[in-house]
Amino acid sequence: MGQTVAAPGSLQDPGALGSGPAAPSASSVRLTALSSLRWLRRVAGVVPFGAYVTLGLLLPMVAVAVGAFQNNSGGFTLSNVNTAVHGIYLHGFWQSIILSVLSSVLPGIFGLVIAYAIFTARRGNLLRQVAITASGVFANFGGVPLAFLFIATLGSGGLATQWLTDLGFNPYNHGFSLYTLAGVVVVYMYFQIPLMVLIILPALEGLRPAWREAAENVGASNWQYWRYVGGPVLLPSFLGCLLLLFGSGLSAYATAEALTNGAIPLTSIQIGSFLNGNVIAGQENVGKALGLGMVIIIAIAMVIYVALQRRAAKWLR
Amino acid sequence: MSALVAAAEKEGQLNVITLPSNWANYGAIMSDFSAKYHIHITDANPDGSSQDELNAVNQLKGQSRAPDVLDVGTAFAVKGDQEGILAPYQVATWSDIPSTAKASDSTWYADYGGYVAIGYNSATVKTPPTTFKSLLNPAYKNQIAINGNPTQANAAFSAVYAAALANGGSLSNIAPGIAYFKQLHSEGNFVPVTASAATMESGQTPIIIWWDYLLASEIGSSVKTLKIVIPSDGVYASYYDQAISKYAPDPAAARLWEEYLYSTTGQNLWLEGEARPIELPTLVANGTVNQAAYKALPPAPAGTVTFPTQTQAAAAENVVAQQWSSVIG
Amino acid sequence: MAAITGPRRFGLSASGRQRTSKPVIWRWVVLLITAAYFLIPLWSALRFAGISAFGSVIGFAGFGSSLWLSVKLATLTTLITIALMLPTAVYVHLRLPKVRRLLEGITILPIVIPPVVLIVGVLAIAPGFLKSSDLLLALEYVVLAMPFAYRSLDAGLRALDLKTIVEASNSLGGGWITTLWRVILPNLRTAMLSAVVLTVALVLGEYTMASLDLYQTFPVWIYVNSQASGQVSVAASLLALFVTWLFLMLITVLATRQSRKTGGGQVTLFAVTRQETRGN
Repeated sequence: MGQTVAAPGSLQDPGALGSGPAAPSASSVRLTALSSLRWLRRVAGVVPFGAYVTLGLLLPMVAVAVGAFQNNSGGFTLSNVNTAVHGIYLHGFWQSIILSVLSSVLPGIFGLVIAYAIFTARRGNLLRQVAITASGVFANFGGVPLAFLFIATLGSGGLATQWLTDLGFNPYNHGFSLYTLAGVVVVYMYFQIPLMVLIILPALEGLRPAWREAAENVGASNWQYWRYVGGPVLLPSFLGCLLLLFGSGLSAYATAEALTNGAIPLTSIQIGSFLNGNVIAGQENVGKALGLGMVIIIAIAMVIYVALQRRAAKWLR
Repeated sequence: MSALVAAAEKEGQLNVITLPSNWANYGAIMSDFSAKYHIHITDANPDGSSQDELNAVNQLKGQSRAPDVLDVGTAFAVKGDQEGILAPYQVATWSDIPSTAKASDSTWYADYGGYVAIGYNSATVKTPPTTFKSLLNPAYKNQIAINGNPTQANAAFSAVYAAALANGGSLSNIAPGIAYFKQLHSEGNFVPVTASAATMESGQTPIIIWWDYLLASEIGSSVKTLKIVIPSDGVYASYYDQAISKYAPDPAAARLWEEYLYSTTGQNLWLEGEARPIELPTLVANGTVNQAAYKALPPAPAGTVTFPTQTQAAAAENVVAQQWSSVIG
Repeated sequence: MAAITGPRRFGLSASGRQRTSKPVIWRWVVLLITAAYFLIPLWSALRFAGISAFGSVIGFAGFGSSLWLSVKLATLTTLITIALMLPTAVYVHLRLPKVRRLLEGITILPIVIPPVVLIVGVLAIAPGFLKSSDLLLALEYVVLAMPFAYRSLDAGLRALDLKTIVEASNSLGGGWITTLWRVILPNLRTAMLSAVVLTVALVLGEYTMASLDLYQTFPVWIYVNSQASGQVSVAASLLALFVTWLFLMLITVLATRQSRKTGGGQVTLFAVTRQETRGN
């Protein structure tokens, strides 16, 4: 299949040298100016977004990064960063990463399964409407109210705990506690799963029913369909959703704080104690250093994500 | 004074910040002030922290929404003074405030405070606890909680300090307090959640260690069988501080508010919220104290209370920040 | 070929092997477990709060005005977010695919920046006239909503064969706006709905930045009026959930009705994928 020749002026116009008729060499300077103009025209589409992001996101971020290296009188110092990478704060980074990985992969898989169940339901319309709206509500639910919901259900005197005890199995006697990392993951799923459902549903529409029928036609089993057709199509979007869930788990703090009172060191909670606390005064720049650390963690996650996407693309071939 | 009242009424507006209405009876204080001087009060950011108050003064400088007056912990009052964002002011009853409880440059002054206390629901807790030591009783399994994260919440931090005092520590040594909570947790008595009226009402945390006045106002209003006791082995008290913002959009109203708070009416209203106003000894001596409210206070332990210095507090905060995770660890 | 598209329920495949109705059971088991996980905690909270507590929450002053402020902010934020993210996402997918990764990286950043840092940073650089209006809050909410809106739109765009339908639209004489409005948008219905739902729910539930900016939006109002007792506070948070859900249902039902009227459906004519064209 040859290269598609795009109509000039259409959205597909590559505007690059060599795709049109041969250009006279005498006006090479004019052509360079033209091509940079064309390049400007190409990126013009993202200028509004770029401007918005610069003002509303990048500038505050730069303020954080600068503050991380300042002492209280404005001079340069490495002591904030030094504090942030030692002791309890280093431990906090690890715990946050572990918590975020668990609370992105598990809800990611469950969310995908649930979204697929909703997507393929026969009389889907009302179910889908309720699922989308309920997911939107739960995805933004958290903090003290959510913690209370689970304390009242799975706390040592909670409703579900009592039901299970009546059935003869008290989870608290077998090592389970809501107030541990595992318990926090269970609670985090309450907003992570709905978030996953909402952002993977659009991707499921990429699975054309025709492909399923074609696969069945050639005798593919369920597993083979997913391994060779469904999986590869969904994988890029799935990975993107996991990245979002990871970020969401990393930054959540009110729920974990209400459940454990900071006894599990998490970076987001530690930032809160520095930046809007009632106990420690005058150490906001350590909080900013921790915030910078979170940005670095998500940048590393992005790198891993891009690498995984490349491998997934290979699988696609 | 009358000139101040006239100027304040002309401004007609007061911006306060982080004052929940059931915190030390602020609801009644605000409505009484409003009614008396026809000044409308806007109370923003109800759940905010002391740091939020300082941030708001800095960030909203020049806006009509900026806060006029602050009610912050002492470490933050000192910080605000250092940043130069507080206006000096001396209320009429300035001499009744102990010199250790106010800034030398009159930028902040103690307002009310209380003791770390144990509150319990006497309907479900049959053996009343009296001391920190008594809380180790196995009868209290899964019942005891504090109100927040000690690195972030003043009340929780103070609870750890009080536990330290009860277990051989001192204002310079908070480590025994952390060890105490670790022991409480390993025995199964400590529930590491943020306690609240909801958790006590639902039976999840029948015993809460908190400020005595907050136990009274935030929980006592809905749990009628609440009893408050100040532990005799760990006595720790703390006062909050008032300050006026240098950039207050309503400066006259701000000063009138302070005068009101430090008048007999204001001080007694705080007393009705079961907080101890800073001028309480003077009120008692003058006989102007609200006797009923005074009698309703949990009996204060004998002797004077010492407060940690800034250095001691800062050192203790660092220890707690580093070691609190070992409690459930 | 009709046999293949016959009643799926009985699972007859082309080779005649009868499949059991396992898929149907599996779906119901998943939905049941999900419902249990989400509804039991709500039920525990409801049991504790009691019905009368709800009445006292609604009775407090400011319910209407704070809700109105939140709805206003939600509408503004959603409009700005979609107006900003949709063209950008489409444009990048079409013409600047190399920038896609960078865009993903930028749009994930707001989620890890603590809201208190964001609002302090924004208040530091915002001009006075902006600081004194709630427009600033809406503008910041757009930044908060960005990760979710972009992710939904991206998932929806990946599911389309964007190049082909845009080329087809161009060859039929459609300009940029027509293509966006009449060709791309109808195919992004689910993605748009997800993005809108997430943004509206975010604004209706956002507490931290609103309270730090000293405004009384609905979540702030809920908090202020939940102090009377534990039961009232739990009732208040359940009420907030319910009100948000009602709004979202309103939006969803209206959107579905609108699309049915215009006869919108997926453009499946051009379901040509990379795999199928490579054989040529």
